[in-house]
Amino acid sequence: MSELTLTVMRLGFLAVLWLFVIVAVQVIRSDLFGTRVTQRSTRRAATQDRPPARQPAQQPPRQQNRSAGRQRRGAPTKLVVTEGSLTGTVVTLQGQTITLGRAHDSTIVLDDDYASSRHARIYPDRDGRWIVEDLGSTNGTFMDRSRLTTPTPIPLGVPIRIGKTVIELRK
Amino acid sequence: MSSSNTTTITPQGAPNRRNTELVLLAFAVLVPVFAYANVGLAIDGSLPAGMLGYGLGLGAMALVAHLVVRKFAPYADPILLPIATLLNGLGLVLIWRLDQSKYLARLGQGEGTSNQLMWSCLGIAFFVGVLVLLKDHRILQRYTYISMVVALILLAAPAFFPARAQSFGAKIWIYIGPFSIQPGEFAKIIIAIFFAGYLMVKRDALALASRRFMGLYLPRGRDLGPILAVWALSILILVFETDLGTSLLFFGLFVVMLYVATERTSWIVFGLLMSAAGAAFVASFEPHVQQRITAWLHPMDIFLPEDQRPAGLISDQSAQSLFSFGSGGVLGSGLGQGHSELIGFAAKSDFILATVGEELGLAGMMAVLLLYALLVQRGMRTALAARDPFGKLLAVGLSSAFALQVFIVAGGVMNLIPLTGMTMPFLAQGGSSVITNWSLVAILLKISDTARRPAPAPAPTTDAEPTQVVRL
Repeated sequence: MSELTLTVMRLGFLAVLWLFVIVAVQVIRSDLFGTRVTQRSTRRAATQDRPPARQPAQQPPRQQNRSAGRQRRGAPTKLVVTEGSLTGTVVTLQGQTITLGRAHDSTIVLDDDYASSRHARIYPDRDGRWIVEDLGSTNGTFMDRSRLTTPTPIPLGVPIRIGKTVIELRK
Repeated sequence: MSSSNTTTITPQGAPNRRNTELVLLAFAVLVPVFAYANVGLAIDGSLPAGMLGYGLGLGAMALVAHLVVRKFAPYADPILLPIATLLNGLGLVLIWRLDQSKYLARLGQGEGTSNQLMWSCLGIAFFVGVLVLLKDHRILQRYTYISMVVALILLAAPAFFPARAQSFGAKIWIYIGPFSIQPGEFAKIIIAIFFAGYLMVKRDALALASRRFMGLYLPRGRDLGPILAVWALSILILVFETDLGTSLLFFGLFVVMLYVATERTSWIVFGLLMSAAGAAFVASFEPHVQQRITAWLHPMDIFLPEDQRPAGLISDQSAQSLFSFGSGGVLGSGLGQGHSELIGFAAKSDFILATVGEELGLAGMMAVLLLYALLVQRGMRTALAARDPFGKLLAVGLSSAFALQVFIVAGGVMNLIPLTGMTMPFLAQGGSSVITNWSLVAILLKISDTARRPAPAPAPTTDAEPTQVVRL
């Protein structure tokens, strides 16, 4: 057998052996199971061919937010829960409305006897500022110490208290 | 705007992956056939005559195993069987390759392939038997204390059987007629069953009743009983059978399972201290253990003139195996073109990894070790997914026994730890080992089948309608 053939076979065999390892790892990667997290909006859109109709509607505020963020360097990028049973939860702000309350379809579901089922929502206005609005809750939404009566822009790092939960916006 | 960013989290079962397994199996049969052709071409310059038969035989074995898995464990893990098949096939090729060596034949280390092939078939038969007969792994839990007794008998048996001239130090074989079996190999599975059953019952007492001292949880004196007993037993094995490997495997397995069951780091600290103390104590008076340690610390001194050699250094195996790894380099010498047969005795069993290291090089060696790692990882994944504590502990125990054995053998051959006479699972020549490891894989498959089987669908309720998203 010529030296060349044997060298090719030797390297070929190593390649095949490694290929097997890689294929096995790929199978393991595709084999992850446990729980599936489904975004509701995407699931509903699954029946349509193209991306959901809401997606474009969602897009402008996000872009606006981003461009606004470029103008004002202090634009918040995330909402952080700092007190209460959900302490440490972070929700990225992407131009979507965030609802808070005990209702289980809220973005942040509060397990808190002092919160109403639809307690408050946080949404960006047309300028990309984030606004918090109390949705007629029983116990009220507080920014610093004052109870909110109208939709109010949220400054960075100011605690907003809902029942026992405190959230704030951060960069 | 609606609350569009809410998410639902639903449990998702693993799909049935039998077709993936079949594809991987076909691949796993082709790789050793390629290796076989490679060896033939390198040694004789022609394709070996038995290639077709070998390929068909391995393929038939794999197919039978696959069909049985399809029927009796349909949701089992798809990776375990292909990796075991590939390792077993590669082992057969490597043994056949060493059979071609005239040097080994002259040493009386004759033909081993056909024997090994027969043992592999028997291994598959055991694999099939376990899958068919073991309806549910939880049945094994009933035999907790029986398996303890059986394991003790198996471990102690070689010490009472008459030794033969060629038992080479360690007394781990039993000779029945022309066959020699290593009962310690079978004990590996049975002892894991005992530990799993025992620790499942006792885990709370061991985990909770403890005092905190210097950041470690010290168990109560009476809870130390079992670990002391197992330790004493492993020391006894070391003394009477002079086999460091079995002793280490046995004790290591217990410590790992104790740690997994109780989540107390202190057990690992205790275990390491106790095994170090025990090994040092035995090494202080047992000549065979001393020999192994000398060979570990000074492998090259065997080439010194007779009078300068350290006492007890009798074999150049360790040195030759290091030479093998060295001459293999990164890419290896190519299958059939190395000289790992110079290791001489046990080149096909304990030292088979040196042949891998020389002929496939570092690249091939890493691939083989990764295959072992993947196998162990799948076992651990099975343990994570298992829903019953006994299954969890058993899966952890079996895969850590496998991992410990790979570590002990590979470490010994590479001179990282003192060499002990154990076989590389699936790769090395040895009937008991092949049968045990196929049974071990079968039990793991059975546990993973139970773990991954989708839970029966809950009865439909009247208000099963999903909550509608409220548009605000």
